[in-house]
This record gives sequence, structure tokens and C-alpha cells, in this order.
Amino acid sequence: MIAPDWFREDRLPHIYCTGCGNGTVINCTLAAVEEMGWKRNETAFVSGIGCSSRAPGYILTDSLHTTHGRALAFATGVKMAKPDLNVVVFTGDGDLAAIGGNHFIHACRRNVDMTVVCMNNQIYGMTGGQGSPTTPLGAFSTTTPYGASEPAFDLAELAVAAGANYVARWTSYHVKELTKAVVTGMQAPGLAFIEVRTQCPTNYGRHNKLRRVPDMIEYLRSHAMLVDKYNRLTAEGKPVPDGIFTVGELVRRSRPAMGVKR
Amino acid sequence: MSRVEFMQGNVACAEGALAAGCRFFGGYPITPSTEIAETMARRLPKAGGVFISMEDELASIAAVIGAAWTGVRAMTATSGPGFSLMMENIGYAAMTETPCVIVNIQRGGPSTGQPTRAAQGDMLQCRFGSHGDYSIIAITPNSVQEMFDLTVKAFDLADRFRVPTFLMADEIVGHMRERVTIPDTVEITRSGPLAGGSLPFEAGDDGVPGFAPFGTGRSVHVTGLTHDERGYPDTTDPEAHDKLVRRLVAKVESARREIADYEITNPDAETVFVTYGPPSRTVEQVMRDRPDESIGHLRLRVVWPFPEFALQEFRNARVFLMPELNMGQMVREVQRHVDQPVISIAKIGGELHTPAELVRALEAHR
Repeated sequence: MIAPDWFREDRLPHIYCTGCGNGTVINCTLAAVEEMGWKRNETAFVSGIGCSSRAPGYILTDSLHTTHGRALAFATGVKMAKPDLNVVVFTGDGDLAAIGGNHFIHACRRNVDMTVVCMNNQIYGMTGGQGSPTTPLGAFSTTTPYGASEPAFDLAELAVAAGANYVARWTSYHVKELTKAVVTGMQAPGLAFIEVRTQCPTNYGRHNKLRRVPDMIEYLRSHAMLVDKYNRLTAEGKPVPDGIFTVGELVRRSRPAMGVKR
Repeated sequence: MSRVEFMQGNVACAEGALAAGCRFFGGYPITPSTEIAETMARRLPKAGGVFISMEDELASIAAVIGAAWTGVRAMTATSGPGFSLMMENIGYAAMTETPCVIVNIQRGGPSTGQPTRAAQGDMLQCRFGSHGDYSIIAITPNSVQEMFDLTVKAFDLADRFRVPTFLMADEIVGHMRERVTIPDTVEITRSGPLAGGSLPFEAGDDGVPGFAPFGTGRSVHVTGLTHDERGYPDTTDPEAHDKLVRRLVAKVESARREIADYEITNPDAETVFVTYGPPSRTVEQVMRDRPDESIGHLRLRVVWPFPEFALQEFRNARVFLMPELNMGQMVREVQRHVDQPVISIAKIGGELHTPAELVRALEAHR
């Protein structure tokens, strides 16, 4: 078991559905925390509302499960008031990109020294599968019964544009790469944003012919393209298959950061 | 030792916060509260604190609550439109028992209304504005001196009861300049610590749990969901919700006498003014102009929780007169505690009642 001392065993059973990818993301994040050698009493987890945001409730540290979309604003207060704390934010696509969109871009702009892990399952899972700002064009959900008609946000590119010092994207299939990216993000001063494309077979897959968990994982694996390969193909003017998304490290830089440990 | 200055109310509020040990301010500029943010921006970094201009008022109060959970005294200041935006996380602060101070320099509403004019239009919003049942403390200064003194008091009450505490000032006290005495140091009382062996939300007889800020090794889980004494979500058990929410309300309401702060003039009077904030200044002027023991005055410095026992001190009262800078928001609260008529002397538009207006009301109702 990864980081056994970091779990609140008295909170089990957890609320996640069978086949949910969020547990994988929590495991990878805690593996990263272990690798960093962080101590429980020097670390705080912060989250908003949604399936992703229930994660801090299962972790045995100080944890702030806040209001929908506002996790990054709360986390900014925590980290600025006490820079000695390691601050990790768990959020989701609805929490971060819809109701919390403004807080997201301003947190990246400020570059507050914290690690933000977004479990992007492309759906509002907690409320039963409504279309979110990252639901792909044409995908079905309970509020897009004829296929999503709105273009989706690219969260990682948004974080790059808004100024985060470290931005990476992986999937719940790429556990080793994801863990490494979280570690790199935790080491980097400033805001580290790690988008994780993750599976929600219950409320996304069910409506999109991906009801079986292995089908969803295979979808993530086969649609992920290394960002270097993507850049090479586009530079050479070669076609990129439909529906793919980039994975890997999108940016690592040293813009001025706030709330760095003194 | 102390120093005497001629100071603006908003600046005195910021100085009071600094004297009380406030070391975190998160805010967003809004008229007529902005001088508080400007003063904190200038003074906090030199006092080892943090000033941060957030992207909106939703984020301002969120950052304040986050900072408060690290154990620092934290506050924000705003006015009507920003106050409305803060309602969501004010409920979160009440539910999570986060000590914090919210200053509202009230202006004319609804909506953008009158940015540079005074009002007392948010007196019910501060009590009931977020969804669900909860209780808060609201303080109403009527002078620049009280902008300093009552800001200090707000921090102590917020800590003592682990509850969001409001300084419900307005454009008049915020922008007026008066003589103020600033003490070199003020006495402050912080939250009681969480006792070893106690659960994070396990309260004693007073209904207030001890406080274990982040980083003190207690691994506290804080959530806006209905939670048990461990802080763990328990969202479907009717008893868990009943127990928690009744305690959140009772810890404030049952301490009304401890929290109460009011002044009584002429307790044997038959005609009694009931005021809070700047209208009390006009009543004081009227009473100075015509010494008359049949006119009484109850001036509230704490409006919520409402000190209904203060009304009972006027044993001969025949009528209560309430000048307010709103359409009579507190009249119903007063009326439900007394049998005598309670007459609203409502004034909106941004100007304080004149003494002549109050004298006319007095003559009409005695």
C-alpha cells in the first residue's frame, strides 16, 4: 500500500464508484508526497466540491473541503498566511474550469507555491453526469442528450497561458509518469498544475459506449499523444488523428512565485 | 500610553485590526470601504502580515477563511455588492466555525445603488444572508473611536465564539473624521486551544470547540458538509444535522448577555429611541438640545445576537421610535419583543436624519 500512514482508515468505505479513476490519482499523489519526504503535520490538502474534492477527506492531514470552485482562493489564503505548509489542491473539471474558472487563472497568474491536481473526468460526476466545460464536442451526457454542442476547455493550455510555473498532463493509465509529474510539480517553486484525464465509467462512459472500465482506460491510453510527438507532427504539417490530446510536460519555467517557503 | 489623532473612520478600523493582531487581509476594492484595504496594504507588510488583493469578493472571503485556519487573525472589508458575493462563504465560515472579521461599510442598495452614500440596508442580510440556519455576531459603531475599539472587539468575539463577526459600519462612520485615541497596546483574547484528547468539533458547555489551526499536528478535516465531532461528513443522519446546526445557533444566541453591548439613557422614559450606528448621533443631539427625562435612548453596539433584555429596562416605555437608514429593517426584531408600538423613522437616500426630523417624529408619537 502506498503511504499507509496518510490515509484516514476510519473514513472507509469511500464514496467512489466501482472503476472510478480518482483513487488512482490519490495514490499517485500520495506516492509523490512520500517521495518528497513531506511530513503529515506540515502538509494541508484543500479542495472544492465534486467527486475529486472528496479526496482530502480520506487523507490524514489538515484538510479544507471548501465551496464549489473556490478551492484555489482558500488555498491561496492558507499558503500566503503560512508558507511553511506544503499545500496540495485536489479539484475537478467542473470545480476548476466552470464555477472556479476565474480563481484558476488568477491562481496561475499569482503563481502561489502549491500543487494543483485536477481530476478531469469530463463530466459532473457527483450530480449524476451532466456536461461540463471539458465534455468533448459531440459527447453525450444527461444535459447533452444530442451530443455536446459547446467546444471544450483545454485546462493544461489554460494554465500555461495564465502563468503557472509547471504544467503537465497525464491520464489515470499513466501512473508512473503521473507520479513523476506530481513530484516535479511539488519540487518546482510556484504553482504546479497537473491535469489528469481520468475515467468515470458510471456517469461518462455509460453514455458514450465506454461503459466497461477497461474500455475507458483503453480510450485514455489510445487518445493520449506525447506532446513532443504532437509538436513534431504539426511542425511537419502531418495530420493528427481526431480526438487525441497531448500528454507530458507542457511548461517548466521560473516566473516569480508567491508564498514560497522562507 | 496612547496617542490622539484626527483620523478617518476607515483608517481607524484598519488601525484597530492591526492593534488586535490582524495579520492577513484579503480584499477587493469597493467604495466606500477602500481606505481600509489601502491602509492594510500600506501597514500589514511592515507588521509581518500579508495583504492580498483577490480577484473578487468570493475569493477575498475564501482567502480570509483559509488564512484563519492557519491560526492568524484575518479580515476583509467590503460594501453591499461585495457583501452579497461573500454570502456563500460566510455560510461556510459559520458551518466550519472559522473565526474571521468581515467589515461592511454599508452604502445605498439594492444592487450598485449609491456607492458614495450611507445606508444601513444590510442589517438582515448579515444575519440571514447565507442559506440555512446559523447565527453570527454583528457590531455597529457610531464614531471613529468605535471604528477602532469595536474592530478590536470584533476579533475577540470571533475568536471567543469561533464565528464570523461583522463590523456593520456605513459610509458615514467610514468616511467621517474625528478625534480618536489610539492606545499603544490593546488587550486581546484568542480562541481556546483544542484540548488533547478532544475531537476537533467537540464542544464544551458553552458550545464552542477548541481551535487547532493547520500545522499544529491535529490533522483536522474541515468541511462545509454536515459533519460529526471528528469533522467527518455525515450528511444523511437527521440527528447529526440537528445536533450540529442547533449548536452553531445556540453557542451565539445563548451567550446574548455576554456578547451584548449597549448604552441606556433615561431608563424611566416614556418615549424611547432605539438606535444603532450613526442615527444615534442625531438622537444624542436632540437629547442635548432638549433635556427631558421622558425621552429615553437605547443605543446598540451589538445588534446580533439581538439583546431583547435591553428593551425591558425601559419599564415605563409607551412607545419605541426607531430611526434607521433603511426602510425599517430592525423594527420587526424590536416589535416581536415588546407590547408597545414600535414606530419606524425610516430614511433612505444616503443622508442622516436631521435633529428637526427626529423632533417632528417625537412630537407626533408622544
